[in-house]
Amino acid sequence: MKLIYEKSSPGRPGVQMSSIRISPNEEIPTKYLRSQPADLPEVSEAEVVRHFTALSRLNFSIDTHFYPLGSCTMKYNPKACEAAANLPELTEVHPLWPQLRGGGLLTQGSLAILYNTERLLSETTGLAEFTLQPMAGAHGELTGVMIMAAYHKDRGNSEKDHIIIPDSAHGTNPASAQLAGYKVVTIPSDEKGMMDFDLFKAALNEKTAGVMLTCPNTNGVFNTRIRDICDAVHEVDGLMYYDGANFNAIMGRYKPGDIGFDICHLNLHKSFATPHGGGGPGAGPVGVVEKLRPYLPISRVEKTKDGTYALNYDEPKSIGYIAPFYGNFGIIARAYAYILSLGRDGMLGTSNRAVLNANYLQEKLRPLFGAEYKGRCMHEFVYSGECLKQYGVHTLDIAKGMIDLGFHPPTVYFPLNVPEAIMIEPTETEDRDTLDRFVKVMEELFEVAETDPDKLHNAPVSTPVGRLDEVKAARDMRLSFS
Amino acid sequence: MKKTPFCATSEQDQSAMFEALGIADFDELFTAIPNELRSDELKIPEGLSEMEMMQHIRKIASRNSTNLVNFCGAGFYDHYIPAAVNALSSRGEFYTAYTPYQPEASQGTLQAAFEYQTAICRLTGMEVANASLFDGGSALIEGAMMALRQTRRNKVLVDEGVSPIYRAMLRCYTQNLSVEYHEVALSKSGVADRSAYHEALDDTVGAVVLQNPNFFGCLDNLTELIEKIHEVKALAVMSVYPMALSQVETPGAMGADIVTGEGQSLGLPLNFGGPYLGFMATRMKYVRKMPGRIVGETEDAQGRRGYVLTLQAREQHIRREKATSNICSNVQLCALRAIIYLSLIGREGFLEVGRECMDRASYAWHKLTKIDGVEPAFNRRFFNEFAIRLPKDATEVVSALIDQGIAAGFPAGRYYKGMENILLLAFTEKRTKEEIDIMVAKLESALKA
Repeated sequence: MKLIYEKSSPGRPGVQMSSIRISPNEEIPTKYLRSQPADLPEVSEAEVVRHFTALSRLNFSIDTHFYPLGSCTMKYNPKACEAAANLPELTEVHPLWPQLRGGGLLTQGSLAILYNTERLLSETTGLAEFTLQPMAGAHGELTGVMIMAAYHKDRGNSEKDHIIIPDSAHGTNPASAQLAGYKVVTIPSDEKGMMDFDLFKAALNEKTAGVMLTCPNTNGVFNTRIRDICDAVHEVDGLMYYDGANFNAIMGRYKPGDIGFDICHLNLHKSFATPHGGGGPGAGPVGVVEKLRPYLPISRVEKTKDGTYALNYDEPKSIGYIAPFYGNFGIIARAYAYILSLGRDGMLGTSNRAVLNANYLQEKLRPLFGAEYKGRCMHEFVYSGECLKQYGVHTLDIAKGMIDLGFHPPTVYFPLNVPEAIMIEPTETEDRDTLDRFVKVMEELFEVAETDPDKLHNAPVSTPVGRLDEVKAARDMRLSFS
Repeated sequence: MKKTPFCATSEQDQSAMFEALGIADFDELFTAIPNELRSDELKIPEGLSEMEMMQHIRKIASRNSTNLVNFCGAGFYDHYIPAAVNALSSRGEFYTAYTPYQPEASQGTLQAAFEYQTAICRLTGMEVANASLFDGGSALIEGAMMALRQTRRNKVLVDEGVSPIYRAMLRCYTQNLSVEYHEVALSKSGVADRSAYHEALDDTVGAVVLQNPNFFGCLDNLTELIEKIHEVKALAVMSVYPMALSQVETPGAMGADIVTGEGQSLGLPLNFGGPYLGFMATRMKYVRKMPGRIVGETEDAQGRRGYVLTLQAREQHIRREKATSNICSNVQLCALRAIIYLSLIGREGFLEVGRECMDRASYAWHKLTKIDGVEPAFNRRFFNEFAIRLPKDATEVVSALIDQGIAAGFPAGRYYKGMENILLLAFTEKRTKEEIDIMVAKLESALKA
C-alpha cells in the first residue's frame, strides 16, 4: 500500500484549523526560524480517513481475531471502559492545574480516580500503598528496583550489589535491575520449570538486594516453594519483587502481599483489560509493603480530613520523579472502570475462567504435541514444536500457517528455555466454540506439516505481504521514507 | 451464578470443560499451589453493570472543572484535535492489536509507525527516529544515557532551561548509576549561558542536554554552542516542542546529535498527564545505540514492500541486562494519533497553526508588558510561551484568577528559587483575542488588588 507521503500533492488542503488571525506586533528574526517548512503530506481529509482506515484493515486485532498470544494476555477490551476514560471532563484536564493554588479543587474528579484506583489495587494485591506513576510494566520494574535501592541505602545496607532473577524471567527484569545499579545473578529452572531452589539458596547471601519473580512464571508454573524463598530472602534483609505480568492468573485468589512479596508491579493491560494499542501506551503501577512507603515516587495523592484530595510533594526519602505527573491517567481510568465492573466476584471469576480456558486448551492439544508433562497449567501453557522437526517444519511455520487459517499465532520462541516454544494464552474472554475451533486449526496444521510441509514454509499467503526479509531490513536500514 | 462480566463461557460450557478435564470445580485447577497461600477475603465492592459504572464515573468526572480558560502550558499544551484523529485512532483494528511481532498480520500498525518515524525526521531535521518512547521526559533521559553510552563518558551537563520536571526525572533515573550530573545556570537573558559552557566543557563531558524553546519559552539558535560541544567530542541532546518546529529552526540544522520531545501537542489530549508521546531522533551513525522499537522497510519473496520491527538486537528481550534500555513497549497508539494529526493538517496547516500560536503570544506579550509594574522576564524571542515579571507573587495572582475561571499561567517559583514573581503564559490556536483581552484585564486588576 502507498505511503501517505506518496499520496501527497502540492496545494491539497487538509483540515482547516482556524480562520481567526491576530496580527503579530513584530516578526521573529530569521536566524531563529527554519528555512523550509517541514515536508508533511498534503492530502485531503477524506483521503487521510481512507488511508488510515485501509491501514487498520491490514491488522489482526482482538476486535477482529482470536489472539492467543502467550504472556501478552490479549483479552477483550470492554468498550464501556473506553467510553468512560474518554469523557471530556477527564481528558481535557491539564496536569499542572493541581499545582496552581486553588487549582487542586478543580481536578477533584481526576484525583479521586487516582486515589480510588490505588486503594483497589492495594486491596487486590495485599500491599499497603500504590503508585500509579510508572508508564508501562518495565517502567514499573525500574521503579520497583529503585525503591529497593533506596531502602537499602536508607538502611545502610551498602554491601547489597546484586539481584537474583530466574532464567525464565522476562528480559525486562535483568535490564531494569541493571539500571538501578545492580548486578544480575541468573538462576536456571528445574525440570518442573520453577527456579531451581538449591541453586537459588547457593546464590543467596548478604549481598543479595532482592529477588525478582514472576509468579506464575513464564513457563505457566506457580512456584510452590514461594514461601520458603520469601523467608530466605527476608532473612538477609533482601526484598521480594513480584513481577505482576501474570497476576491475571491468580487475581482474587492469592495476594502477592499476603504470600510475602514486598514490591509488585501490575501490567494494567494484562490484568485489567486496557487495550494494547499496537504496542502501548500501557501502565505499570507499583505496590509496596508499609515499610517501603517512604520511598515511593512523588507526588502522592492523599485524601484530606474534609474528604477532598490533595497532592503531597513532601517525601524526603522518595526516589523522586519517575514520570512527569501521575502516570498514564487515561489508562488508569480504563482499569478503574474495569475493576468497578468486575467487582469482587467478577475478579475471582475472571482468573478462574482464564485458567480454565488455558487448561482446556492444554488438554485438547496435548495429543498433538505428545507432551509428557501432565500437570495443570495456570492461565497459559508452553508446548514445544520439536515434534514437527521430523517433517522439516518449525514452530515459526506453524505460526505463519495459522495466520492463513484466521487466527493470530501464539507467542513463539519464548520462553527461551523451551526449544521451539509455542506459548498459548486463550484468556477468559473466549468462548468454548472459539477454543474448539482453535484446536481444529492446530490439528489441521499438524496434518499439513506431515503431508505438505512446503505449504507451511510458504505461509502466510492470505496477507497483504508474505514472510518479510528481516535480514534485509536490518542490513538496508530504510527507516524513513525519502 | 455469580456475576463475571466479559467472560465468555456459559455454565453449560463450564460443566463440559470440567468434565473434559476430569475436575469438579475451579479449585481443582489450583491444587498445585499450597492452600495456605490463598487469601480469604477481597474487600472490593460488588461489580457494577455497564450503566451503573458509567453513571459512577460520570459523577466523579463532573467534579473536574474543565471550563477554565487555559494559559497554562509549561511543556503541555491545549491544542485543538481534529475529529478525524479520534475517529481513526479508535478503530479497534488499531487499538486492540498487540505489538507487531507477526509483521504479516500487522502491516497497518507497522506502516503507520514507519510514516510516523518519517514525520519525526522531517520535523526535527534528523536522519532517523524510533517508533516512540513513553513521554518527553523519559525520552530525554534515554537520549542522555544514549549519548553517554556513545561517548563512553559519564558526565552530563544539563541546562537550567530544560523543563524542571524533566530535570527532576533525570536526577531520579541517574541516582544509582555512575553518572556525574551537573546543571548549568541560565544567562540573564534567559537562554543557555555561553560563558558558563565555555568553563564547563572539557573532555570528561559526554552529553549536554539543552531545550529549545526552553522552559521559559525563550528561543535560541544553538549552532555555535553545539560546535563547541562537538569540539570536546561530547554529544548535544536537545529537547524540543514539536509544534514550535512548524516555525522554529530545526535541531538538525543546529547540529544536534540526539533530539527528543513531548509529542502531546500533535493530536493527544492533555489527559491529566498521560498517556503522552515521547519521540526521539538521531543521526544514522548512532542508530545502533538508540533505544526503543524501530520499524524498517523490507520486502517479501515476491518483492512486495512491507515493514518489520528491525535492529532488535539492541533490545531487552534479546540482550537482557546488556540492552540499550529496559524499555519493552512504545506508545504506538499515541504515535498513530500524531501521524494522523500531522497528515490531516498537512504541510500548510502545520505552518498555519504554528503561526497562529506565535501571533497570539506576540499580541498578548505587548498587552501584558504595557501593564504598570509588569516587565518581560527574559528576551523577547519566543514561540508561543513567555515569562513576565509581576510586581507581586505570581502564585497569588494565578490563584485570584482561577476563581474567575482563568488559568492565567504557571508560576515559575514553583520550580525556580527566587522567581516567585515570574509567571509563564502559553498561547495556542484555541485562545481567542477576546479571551486574551479578558485575561489581561483581570490580571491587571488582580495586580491592583
